[in-house]
Amino acid sequence: MDLKLKIWRQNGPDDKGKFVDYEIKNISTDASFLEMLDILNNELIEKGEEPVAFDHDCREGICGMCSLYINGHPHGPDAATTTCQLHMRRFKDGDTIVVEPWRAKPFPIVKDLIVDRSAFDEIIQAGGYISVNTGGVPDANTIPINKGKADLAMDAAACIGCGACVAACKNASAMLFVSAKVSQFALLPQGRIEAKERVKKMVAKMDELGFGNCTNTYACEAECPKEISVTNIARMNREFFAAKVSS
Amino acid sequence: MSNKRVYSSLTKKYVMSLMGLFLITFLFVHLGLNLSVLKDLGSGDYPTFNEAAHFMATNPFIQVFQWVLFAAFLIHIIFGLILQFQNWASRPKGYKVKGSAEENIFSQYMIHTGIVIFIFLVIHFVNFFMVSKGIIPGIQHVKINGEEMENLGKVIVDVFHNGYYVTFYVLALLLLGFHLDHGFQSAFQSLGLQNKKYGPFIKGLGHVVAIVLALGFIIIPLVIYFTK
Repeated sequence: MDLKLKIWRQNGPDDKGKFVDYEIKNISTDASFLEMLDILNNELIEKGEEPVAFDHDCREGICGMCSLYINGHPHGPDAATTTCQLHMRRFKDGDTIVVEPWRAKPFPIVKDLIVDRSAFDEIIQAGGYISVNTGGVPDANTIPINKGKADLAMDAAACIGCGACVAACKNASAMLFVSAKVSQFALLPQGRIEAKERVKKMVAKMDELGFGNCTNTYACEAECPKEISVTNIARMNREFFAAKVSS
Repeated sequence: MSNKRVYSSLTKKYVMSLMGLFLITFLFVHLGLNLSVLKDLGSGDYPTFNEAAHFMATNPFIQVFQWVLFAAFLIHIIFGLILQFQNWASRPKGYKVKGSAEENIFSQYMIHTGIVIFIFLVIHFVNFFMVSKGIIPGIQHVKINGEEMENLGKVIVDVFHNGYYVTFYVLALLLLGFHLDHGFQSAFQSLGLQNKKYGPFIKGLGHVVAIVLALGFIIIPLVIYFTK
């Protein structure tokens, strides 16, 4: 298949940046989106041009490194799919594909389509951990945990921290990410001990970094490649309220 | 890059939600009162409506509560603006291809519908509240059950004989309906009172609240205008 690409090119954080048009031919419908970009980059290198910089690592949909805002959707048009798992059969021959980086003040552009997502690491460092030693695997089985809660905690822990929620949100809010990280601990007895301090610190860090406020549009849930539920946001709202009034 | 906020984003959302839900309860009372004017149409004295309005205007509890109401409006508006400015600042450069994954289209336009409702509120305040209080002169008086009171019913019917005003009123109230359609369930989500089980019910109730309030208010000027 032949495609027209409109890709955001930006030399560095301070560069103004602009869209550049590319045409690419003979792409297999079985190629992944990132493989298509690899082919484009090979062609650019052969021509002596600078290849397009984009983030990627595992290419198995589990690491959270790939990003890309494709035709108005973080991770492209497929639901519950990361960019690396998106395939070219999803597009039609002759399509124009617009590829943009995540846009959010706390995610500054490093180069082209790569943004610095260390703001998420800072939020995790603020409280997304447990300080107690929970022992080895057999010890975990000595604490009975309600199956429903364990499932909810696992669902929340499926978040790969890619930042699609921030990219999708009209306010560039990080609430889905932060609430997933708060929930995965708050639902389990090992995480309850520090729950109040955790939620206060993580929310304060999220605000400080300049992420927007949640207006409950649920675009984040619709675009999340791991289908993290906005009920986590409701849970974090409860947790934060309880923490504020009781400590 | 310190960006310390006076209130956390979540605290501001709690306040927005509580004020919003409070204002919705007020709208129901207001609608109930307004609908009584339809009962009085053609009477000239508007006894049911005027008596109810007179009660609201003289009852000491309502008099105190009216200031609580003003405060709620003010806080809802101010916090809404602060949140919106912060949200705009969080994405200095937008996308070429805009996303559209929002569950409810109205959720994208809360600030816009909010601004129109605010303008409506100011005009509404001048047309009715200030006239009823005599700040703007011209209100007539009637005697109902031996008690002299303002003929607010006539003020309303006169205003609703103006086609331009009726059109604006209907449009503004439609936008209020859109605002509430997202706002109602959003308030519950912000307060953490939402989960997989009750979420759909709250959203459904939000649609009902929005439709009942918007249509309820809209029917009144339409009936008055088309039966004059």
